Amino acid sequence: MPRTMPVALATLSSVIALSAADAADLSIVSGAVGNDIVELRKHLDIFQTETGHTVQIVTMPASTTDQFGQYRLWLSAQNPDIDVYRTDVIWAPQLATHFVDLTEATKDVVGEHFPAIIESQTVDGQLVALPMFTDAPALYYRTDLLEKHGEEPPKTWVEMQEIAAKIMEAERSSGGGDIYGFVFQGSAYEGLTCDALEWVKSNGGGQIVSPDGEITINNPQAAEAINLAAGWIGTIAPEGVLGYKEEESRGVWQTGSAVFMRNWPYAYSLSNNDDSAVKGKFDIVPLPVGPSGETSAATLGGWNLAVSQYSDEQEASIELVKFLASPEIQKDRAIQSSRLPTIEALYEDPEIAEKQPVIPKWLEIFRNAVPRPSAPTKSKYNEVSSEFWTAVHNTLSGNGTAEENLEELENKLRRIRRQAW
Amino acid sequence: MAAQSNLSREKIRAAWIFLAPMILVLLAVAGWPLLRTIWLGFTDAKLSVSADTWNWVGFENYLFWLDYGEGDGEWIGLLVDPAWWSSVGNTVLFTIISVSIETVLGVIVALVLNAQFAGRGFVRAAILVPWAIPTIVSAKMWAWMMHDQFGILNDIFLRLSLISAPVAWTASPDTAMAAVIIVDVWKTTPFMALLILAGLQMLPGDIYEAAKIDGINPVKVFFKVTLPLIRPAIMVAIIFRALDSLRIFDLIYVLTPNNDQTKTMSVFARENLFDFDNFAYGSAASTALFIIIAIITIVYIKVGRLDLGGDKT
Amino acid sequence: MSRSQQRILTQLGLWFLIVIISVYALFPFYYAIITSFKFGSEIFTVNYFPQNFSLGNYVSVLGGGNFPRNLLNSVIVSTATVAISLFLAITASYALARVRFRGRSLLLFTILSVSMFPQIAVLAGLFEMIRSMGLYNSLLSLILSYMIFTLPFTVWVLTTFMRDLPIELEEAAIVDGAKPHQIIFKVFMPLMWPALVTTGLLAFIAAWNEFLFALTFVSNDEQRTVPVAIALLSGASEFEVPWGAIMAASVIVTVPLVILVLIFQRRIVAGLTAGAVKG
Repeated sequence: MPRTMPVALATLSSVIALSAADAADLSIVSGAVGNDIVELRKHLDIFQTETGHTVQIVTMPASTTDQFGQYRLWLSAQNPDIDVYRTDVIWAPQLATHFVDLTEATKDVVGEHFPAIIESQTVDGQLVALPMFTDAPALYYRTDLLEKHGEEPPKTWVEMQEIAAKIMEAERSSGGGDIYGFVFQGSAYEGLTCDALEWVKSNGGGQIVSPDGEITINNPQAAEAINLAAGWIGTIAPEGVLGYKEEESRGVWQTGSAVFMRNWPYAYSLSNNDDSAVKGKFDIVPLPVGPSGETSAATLGGWNLAVSQYSDEQEASIELVKFLASPEIQKDRAIQSSRLPTIEALYEDPEIAEKQPVIPKWLEIFRNAVPRPSAPTKSKYNEVSSEFWTAVHNTLSGNGTAEENLEELENKLRRIRRQAW
Repeated sequence: MAAQSNLSREKIRAAWIFLAPMILVLLAVAGWPLLRTIWLGFTDAKLSVSADTWNWVGFENYLFWLDYGEGDGEWIGLLVDPAWWSSVGNTVLFTIISVSIETVLGVIVALVLNAQFAGRGFVRAAILVPWAIPTIVSAKMWAWMMHDQFGILNDIFLRLSLISAPVAWTASPDTAMAAVIIVDVWKTTPFMALLILAGLQMLPGDIYEAAKIDGINPVKVFFKVTLPLIRPAIMVAIIFRALDSLRIFDLIYVLTPNNDQTKTMSVFARENLFDFDNFAYGSAASTALFIIIAIITIVYIKVGRLDLGGDKT
Repeated sequence: MSRSQQRILTQLGLWFLIVIISVYALFPFYYAIITSFKFGSEIFTVNYFPQNFSLGNYVSVLGGGNFPRNLLNSVIVSTATVAISLFLAITASYALARVRFRGRSLLLFTILSVSMFPQIAVLAGLFEMIRSMGLYNSLLSLILSYMIFTLPFTVWVLTTFMRDLPIELEEAAIVDGAKPHQIIFKVFMPLMWPALVTTGLLAFIAAWNEFLFALTFVSNDEQRTVPVAIALLSGASEFEVPWGAIMAASVIVTVPLVILVLIFQRRIVAGLTAGAVKG
C-alpha cells in the first residue's frame, strides 16, 4: 500500500508538471509603430491557439533610442519579466551577453534566411537573434523627369551627380520650381552611418570595421567616396540636407522637389498615395557604385527577435521566436503591411508578387546588402557609429577633408577598442 | 530669561520634527542614487556584463594612461576628453545667455501681469501655455516651425525679406545653439514670470499708494522700490532656472540630438551611460557635472550675497 | 506732458505689451492646433489659417483605447505629488525660515544640491531601488521619484517667501499661546497663497510633463502617464512622425492645465491684507 502511493503521486505530479510546462506565460516587448502592434497581436493569437501558451505585449515608444536605453536597463537588471525582445538589427550584437544562443535551436531554419542578415546577428559564433523582417534602401528616381531629359537611371554616383545637376538646372531655368537634384539623410545620426557606409562600401572602401575586427576605415577609397558626397551639399542637395532624416528627405521628394532620393522601402507606398505629387511618376533602382568600386551596397536594416537569458521560459520563448520568423508568418506580414521578408524564397512567391509588387523589386537590392559593423564591434557599436557619423558630418559641412577626418576617426576607434572589442 | 531659552529650545526641537519627513524622503529618493552614481564613477561598470564583474578602478575614468605597447600610448579620461570640455562650454554658454534673457523678459511679463486690466486671467493662463506643453511636443513643434523647407519661420522671414534663402536652423552649426535658446526662452520665461509675479503680489500695497501720492516717476519707483523688494524672489527664480539650464537634456535630445554645438553635459552623460557601453564613464561625467554645478552655485551665492542663513528680520 | 496724456500712453504701452506677449506665448500652440486639423501630405504646406477641418486625429487619439486612462493616471500622479510636496515643504520651510538653528545654511544648501544632479544619472540607482521596494510598474513609483525635483524647489521658494513675513504676526500669535503648527497653518498659510499656488502649479506641471522616469518605471500600458502615451503615438512607419495625432494629443493634454490656471489664478491675490500688519 505505502509503496504504490509515492508512484501514483509521482505520476500525478509529473502529469501536472507536464501540462503546466506546456502552458507558458510569455512577454514580448516591441516598439509601437503603425500597425505593428495590431499585427503582432494577431500573430500572437494564432500562436496561442496553436501552442496553448499565452503571450502578452509590452509596448515601447517609437523612438529607438528610448527603446534601446530601456532594453539595456532591463537586461542589466536581469529582469525576468520580459522573455522576447524585438531588436533593431544593430542592437542584439551590442546586448549579446544577455541573449540566448539560438544556433542549436534554429539549425533547421537558419539556411532559409539571407546570409548577410544572419551574419549581422552572429557574435563570436553565436546567433543572438533570429530575423523577423528586413529593410534595405534604394535609389528612388523620377521616371518622368529622366524621360523628359533623355536619361537612363544612373549606375554610378558620378553619373547620378551629373544627371541630377543637369535636370535641376534645366527645370529651374524653365520655371519648374525649386527642385533639387538629390536628397538623402545627412543629419548627424545613425542614418548617416547607413548612407555613408553605402558610399564607402560601393567604392571599395570597406565596412568601417572588418568582420574580424580590424579598423579599416582610413583608406583612400573611403576618403574619395566621402569627399564626393561632400561636393553634393549646396549643389545638387540643399544645405538643409545636413539636418535631414528619413522623413525630411521624403517630404522634399514627395512634394515633387527632388529628382533622386535615397530612402527605405516604406517611402514607396507613401509616395504612391493620392495626395503625393509624385504618384506614379517614380521607380527604384539599386544604389549606384563609386568610381573606384565594383558593386552597389545597401545598408541592412530590419528587426529581429532575441530571447532573454533571464527568462524563466526559454524553451517556449524560442518556440515563439521561430514561429514569428517562420515563412508563413513572414508571408502574412509581407502581404498585410509590406514588411520585407528575410527568407529568400518568399521573393518568388506569386501571391506576394501580386498583392505587394514592391517586394520582388527589392530582391536585387538585398543581394548587395551590407551590414553595419555591429557584430565585430559588439557592445561598442553605438560609440563607433557615433564617431563615424561625426567624422562624415564634419566632412560634409566643410569642417576638414575626408582624409583628415578619417585619420582622426581611426585614432578614436583605436582608443575605443583598446586591446580588443 | 529661562522662559525664552525654553521657548527657543522647544522651537528648535519642533523645527527638527518638521524637517524630518522631508529630509527622510529626500535621503531615500535622492541620497542613495546620487551616492551610487558617484561610487560607480570609480569603477569599470558596464551594463553589458553582470554587476559581479565590476571592479574598483580609482581615478581611471578621470585620467588614465592608455598603453598600446611598444612605447606608444596616450592619456585618456574625462579630464582630457575634448568632447567633455566642449559640452561643458556649450552648457555654460547656453545657461548664461538663456537665463539672462529669461530673467529680463520674466520681469517685464510679471510687471504686466501685475497690472489691473480686463482679461488679466486670460493672459495669465495664456502665458502658462509654453511651460505647460510637454517638452517633447514643444520641441517637435518648434522643430517643425524651423524646418528649412516647410517651416513657417523661414516662410515669415523670407516674406519679410530678412533672409534670402531658407535657413536650416537646427542643422547648421552656426544657428543650432541660437535655435535651442529661442525655444528654451519661449518655454521657460513663464516659469520666471510666475515666480516673480508671486513675489510682486506679496508686496504690501501701501508703498505704491505713497509713491503715487508723491507723484514719483513710475520707472524710478520700479528701480528704487520694487526691484530691491522682489530681489529675493528673483534670486531664487534665477538659481533654480540656472540649475535647470545647467542640467538641460530634454530639449536638446529632441531638437538637436547629436549636434556638437549643442551637446550639453547631461546629453554627454546620457550618451555614455546608456547609448555607449560606458556606464562608469557616464557616471564619472555625471559626478563631474554635479561638482561643476556646485561650484557655480557657491560662487553665485557668495557674489549675490544670497541669504542662506536668513539673517534678516 | 499732462497727467492724462501720460496715463493714456502708459495704457497704450501696456496693451501693446499684452498683445505681443500673448501672441508670442500662443502662436506656436495655435500653429500646432491648426496642424492637428490637417491630414496627410497637407501637413507639408505652410498656411497661417486653417483651411480644412478634420477631426480624424482627435478621434484616433481618444478612441484608441488607453489614452483616457493615461490622462487619469497623470491626474492622480500629479495631484498626489503636489499635495505631498506642499505639505512636506510648508512644514520644512517654517523651520528653515523662522527658527534659528545650527546647520541651517548647510541644510538649505544640501537641499539645493539635490537639484544639481542630472536626472539621467540617478535613473539607474532609482530603478534598482524601485524594483527592490516592489514598486515597479505602479503609480507610486512615480509619485515617490518626482519628489526629487519638486521638493527642493518648493522648499526653497516657500522658505524665501516665509522669511519675508513680518515677525510681528508670529510674536502676536505666540503671545496668544499658539503652538508652532498652529502658527504655520492658521497664521502663515493664508498669507502665503500666492507662493503656494504658484509653486503648486509649477510642481503640478513638472510632474504632469515628466517623461524619463515615467518611461522607465512603468511598462504597463494601462499604468502609463500622458507624456509616454504621446510618445507611443506613431505613424505608419518608424520614420514617420504623426504630427496630426501628436498635436491633437497635445491640445487635449494642455487644455486641463490651462483650465487649472484659470481657476487658480484668482487665488494669486494682491499683497498682504493691510489690516493684519498695521492693526
